[in-house]
Amino acid sequence: MNKLISAKEAAAKIPDGATIFIGGYMGESSAKAVIRELLRSEKGGFTLLANDGGQVRKGEAEPYLGIAQLIHAGKVRKLIATHVGLNPEVSELVNQGKMELVLLPQGSFAEMIRSAGAGLGGVLTPTGVGTEVEKNEFTIGKQVIQGKEYLLMAPLRADVALINGTKIDKNGNIWYRGSTRTFSTVMVTAADLVIAEANRIVPVGEVAQENIMTPGVYVDYVVAWEEES
Amino acid sequence: MNKSELKHYIAKRAALELKDGDVVNLGIGMPTLVPEYLPEGVTVTLQAENGLIGCGPVTEENRDPHYVYDAGANPAALTADGCFTDSISSFGLMRGGHLDVTILGSLEVDETGSLSNWIIPGQRVFGMGGAMDLVVGAKKVIVVMEHTNHGQPKILKRCTLPYTAVHCVDMVITEMGVMEICEDGIVLKEYNPVYTIEEIQHATQAQLILAEDLKPYAT
Repeated sequence: MNKLISAKEAAAKIPDGATIFIGGYMGESSAKAVIRELLRSEKGGFTLLANDGGQVRKGEAEPYLGIAQLIHAGKVRKLIATHVGLNPEVSELVNQGKMELVLLPQGSFAEMIRSAGAGLGGVLTPTGVGTEVEKNEFTIGKQVIQGKEYLLMAPLRADVALINGTKIDKNGNIWYRGSTRTFSTVMVTAADLVIAEANRIVPVGEVAQENIMTPGVYVDYVVAWEEES
Repeated sequence: MNKSELKHYIAKRAALELKDGDVVNLGIGMPTLVPEYLPEGVTVTLQAENGLIGCGPVTEENRDPHYVYDAGANPAALTADGCFTDSISSFGLMRGGHLDVTILGSLEVDETGSLSNWIIPGQRVFGMGGAMDLVVGAKKVIVVMEHTNHGQPKILKRCTLPYTAVHCVDMVITEMGVMEICEDGIVLKEYNPVYTIEEIQHATQAQLILAEDLKPYAT
């Protein structure tokens, strides 16, 4: 099956006001071409679920990296993340009441997505016990198991997962270089529509089958990253 | 001691807590100085929560911009025997008891072993990132920090800032001394001889219990 579409076609499939998982880490390894098309569209009001708020590098030609671009453009209604320290704009927008922010521990965030994608009813984790995380909208209970306290965290799903992979074939099989995979491997399991943007589209078989990190069965569409002149 | 000397002094003492073969996560700032002071014959595996096991120095040869970065999105590299994981495995490693030690800074620590280091209400929001999972999961949690903040105690009876986690800190190392958290409270195990015990207690809100074998700061 050929899942290749253009970045513009991919962005058109993302509904206005959608809830979207964004892969990548602090603005690195994001689906740049599709984000560029979203920025050009009229769409907004998104709820983003991501590790962080992207990154702002003051003084650079393109200071806003990854999600920070969507936030800066006013397209994000709510951000569910673990760390927003590299994007000071998040704090400002939240204080001005222009954006909602929910913070989750990074390990809980990962497992909450995994549980949704694996058909489970949530996660019991010791992380966050006795902290403000207990008051979180996604913390749905507290249990003592074998004498130890755990928080019950809700599964996290989204309408769309938008991730980046280093090498992707037309079937959507993905290989990630270096440290770039982070949450992408679970985000693709817990969304109704999965769009994977490739740094390079490769022939089927270029990535050895045992080295495929995300099986193509999870991926609906594949987009090639291209620089624009 | 100036600030830099103080940081190195604390980092050097913290390094003595690491054993050969330990899997270790280092927080930002002072903890990153610890590897400089590893005792002879001690090799540790440095883990970063965004999926790096076996972090090593970045060189011209191994740098891989935009593909290999640490938890703060700074350029990173692995040693030859290191590997990458996804975030699921990275945090499973912590919570599952496979991380021997985490060394991190803190704004406050209290005598029940609770710590607060992720948010100051009213100030810019950063978020907890991986800190809550780290301190809950690591087998040994070592806090390294200055003993006071502009003269105000940071080692308290109860933290005043929102908790990062409760009852998880094993040891606190400052420029004044080395303290262990136990059932009864905070035990002063070692002290920096440039301070008197009274001065150290005065800079500490929690009541210090003096160890039976209280001795000068090991270096």
